[in-house]
Amino acid sequence: MKKLSRAAKTDIFTYLLATAGFLAAQCIQGAGLMSSSLKGQLVPICAYVVMAISLNLTVGILGELSLGHAGFMSIGSFSGVVAAVALEPVIPAPEIRLASAMVIGAVCAGGAGILIGVPVLRLRGDYLAIVTLAFGEIVLNLTNCLYVGTDSQGLHISMLTSAEALGLASDGRVIINGPVGASGITRLSSFTAGFILILITLFIVQNLVNSRTGRAILAVRDNRISAESVGISVTKHKMIAFVLSAVLAGAAGVLFALNMNTIVPTKFNFNTSILILVFVVLGGLGKIWGSIIAAAVLTVLPEALRGFSNYRMLAYAIVLILIMLLTNSPFIKSVLGRMRVPFNGRRNT
Amino acid sequence: MTFVLYLINGVSLGSIYAIIALGYTMVYGIAKMLNFAHGDVIMVGAYVCFFAMSSFRLPPIIVVPLAAGVCAALGALIEAFAYRPLRQAGSLAVLITAIGVSYLLQNTALLLWKSNPRVFTSIVGTDVIKISGLPITYVTIITILTCVAIMAGLTIFTGKTKMGKAMRACAEDKNAASLMGINVNVTISLTFAIGSSLAAIAGALLCSAYPTLSPATGSMPGIKAFTAAVFGGIGSIPGAMLGGVLLGIIEIFAKAYISTQLSDAIVFAVLIIVLLVKPAGLLGKHAHEKV
Amino acid sequence: MNGGQTQLTPVPNVNFLPERDVGFMPILECRSLGIDFGGLTAVNDFNLAIGRMEIAGLIGPNGAGKTTVFNLLTKVYKPTRGAILLNGVDTLDKTSVQVSKMGIARTFQNIRLFVNLSVEDNVKIGLHNQIKYSEISGILRLPSYWRQEKKARDHARELLSIFDMQNLAEMKAGSLPYGAQRRLEIVRALAANPSLLLLDEPAAGMNPSETAELMDNIVKIRDTFQIAIFLIEHDMQLVMGICEGVCVVNFGNIIAKGTPNEIRNNPEVIEAYLGKGFARDFESRKH
Repeated sequence: MKKLSRAAKTDIFTYLLATAGFLAAQCIQGAGLMSSSLKGQLVPICAYVVMAISLNLTVGILGELSLGHAGFMSIGSFSGVVAAVALEPVIPAPEIRLASAMVIGAVCAGGAGILIGVPVLRLRGDYLAIVTLAFGEIVLNLTNCLYVGTDSQGLHISMLTSAEALGLASDGRVIINGPVGASGITRLSSFTAGFILILITLFIVQNLVNSRTGRAILAVRDNRISAESVGISVTKHKMIAFVLSAVLAGAAGVLFALNMNTIVPTKFNFNTSILILVFVVLGGLGKIWGSIIAAAVLTVLPEALRGFSNYRMLAYAIVLILIMLLTNSPFIKSVLGRMRVPFNGRRNT
Repeated sequence: MTFVLYLINGVSLGSIYAIIALGYTMVYGIAKMLNFAHGDVIMVGAYVCFFAMSSFRLPPIIVVPLAAGVCAALGALIEAFAYRPLRQAGSLAVLITAIGVSYLLQNTALLLWKSNPRVFTSIVGTDVIKISGLPITYVTIITILTCVAIMAGLTIFTGKTKMGKAMRACAEDKNAASLMGINVNVTISLTFAIGSSLAAIAGALLCSAYPTLSPATGSMPGIKAFTAAVFGGIGSIPGAMLGGVLLGIIEIFAKAYISTQLSDAIVFAVLIIVLLVKPAGLLGKHAHEKV
Repeated sequence: MNGGQTQLTPVPNVNFLPERDVGFMPILECRSLGIDFGGLTAVNDFNLAIGRMEIAGLIGPNGAGKTTVFNLLTKVYKPTRGAILLNGVDTLDKTSVQVSKMGIARTFQNIRLFVNLSVEDNVKIGLHNQIKYSEISGILRLPSYWRQEKKARDHARELLSIFDMQNLAEMKAGSLPYGAQRRLEIVRALAANPSLLLLDEPAAGMNPSETAELMDNIVKIRDTFQIAIFLIEHDMQLVMGICEGVCVVNFGNIIAKGTPNEIRNNPEVIEAYLGKGFARDFESRKH
């Protein structure tokens, strides 16, 4: 058999890691050893894993800082919730309805990605970070004023100041109620669905990175000018990575929202964008498997620290600072450099 | 008439943003980092003022310098412990550390002072005076005057004094500056101290104008002031000033004439448009990459 | 005044090309090319023609505007004046990416490799526009993906073998020694399938034996790929050894054009490099 390349080994390792995590969680749950609070975290963990992988595509692989990733998640969530309600009469099967809602959420988030990406990806460095931050705040502000309802005549959408403005018929139902968000959501998401979404995300991202397009994206990240000198369009490849990242974040948003009873717009604020960025940086830029571990561990960690009640976020902050200081100190780096790190594939830089 | 009143309120709010933005822009200029903890230093400054006034009954003339001093020390401390070890590291590592510091400050405040909002007593009272028929609060006037004074002071400091020149030298090239005998560490510490003391002053003014204080008070003004710094051209002191004041005016006008609820969306949309037209901000210089 | 200069008129004279290339369309023609940065004129009235398979040299003191000429040719900068014709086609309004597709590839003075990627990937990135499969085929790994990737891999190894680097394919480009990085940059540029290859100081930092080997390789590349090569170099051994035409610039202006021999004895060139006094001295000693 042909020898596998290092990149292929890393990819297989990542699939195995995700599968092992899924099976382990299923076993623990099956044996009745899982606490109810952790059980409730299983689907959010899957959503955050997908968010982290998709943000890694922008930050780690494309090399552009994005501070508004929660904005795409928000767009995905709310359009997914609306889609799930609107499709109820047409598609009774919950699995297919979930999948369709995910596609719709992903497309809406991708559309927003194109809208913001076309003008903005020409900007460089910190400026892109600011614009994505601004984008996240705009989405938050707009979703806070968004009212959507449905009745026998179809969907009603309004940006006014109350749900009454929708003018719903008596059989109508408010789906999104401004700052109160969406409530009474039918739970369509499941841990298995989350796991499948992770696998699809891995398949798309890993295969893309190891293709001609992925190499071009890495080239743009490493050296824009020499990428152009060999005929690689910088804007086109930035767009591909950025929009794909938005699409996946949209799908993750749908998974997340359709697991909740209620979802409020402020859930997807600046802090959420930062939280996901922390997953990506701690997991390692460009390391997909790192993002998976970081997202899973850091979502569980505050739960695990619940015993420390008020001190848990403080502990989280201190851990975060210490990890950054330790992993970047020249001394520790030189020690690590001497050890051979397994799976040091070509994207693991 | 109401237009003029809105304009004055806008300039006043903008002055607070400008003072905060000065801290962001100075730190960015010299350390090339986005100091996300800056917004939380505002909150710490405001709490220091609050307790100095409510618990110790100190007069505002002592309270504000005290808060500025405490925050200056805090800023220098944060720099020394959290950012200095990472000076050679990538910008993302520093950014995440800054976020960690921000969480640390917010959660410490939450533990010490609880999440329930406090009602802040204005440092200059709530009196209103009439200037040619317009009711204007003292806070508004003091805020604008403070901002002008800080701007003038900083311009003289960076332009004329030895330390100010050292600061500009470090911003340009730290290695060259240290070869010229400038103590880079001291200069960077001083920059953080000045920026943080400005944040404390901004905190006192902010809570005098909008008198609720909680551990999350600094976040949103911090983000907005940061965009103001970018708006004006990050790294540029007059740019931070201009960006801050314009942002304040846009926000007040958006609230008054368009929609109260959508004002934030409008502010950030204007920012995006400005950056698309002038990618380095209003007064920023576009650096050409050497090939 | 010598014969080399009388042939040079503001419009590039195709008769100045090496004999082999006369009668063919020159691969590159610059007509009164110029660029200003603010008030500073970095390049002015630059006229040049390069033959279809010529090895041409661009020399001049530091800061003369040599790299700026390369940046104009590859559209990193937009010219203020004049025209650039690639194989007879005007490149006005073309971008870096478009001129690359039109057949121009380059290396950089300060090496610009994709340092975090493997040597092979660096070359494959150079092959980007030769590998033909869609984004979707890449993600779904359709048969065209496997076919084209195999082809790209073989092609990359083949190109690396020019410099005997096929054994380094798995290494990270950033961890290569300096000389190998320079050679890899040439391979990457060649992978883009150029008809004109621009080399910016290819021998910088190389010792004499490495330089001698590089000279052989440059000629070999020209003969194998049948392309023109335009190079900037300070090493006069290399320039005088392999270039058929040499162009000298100083303060953004062409001060001499000719064969290496003509350039070697041109008093203006000697003056530009060594100063006025030396040039007089040199002249008087010749008589």
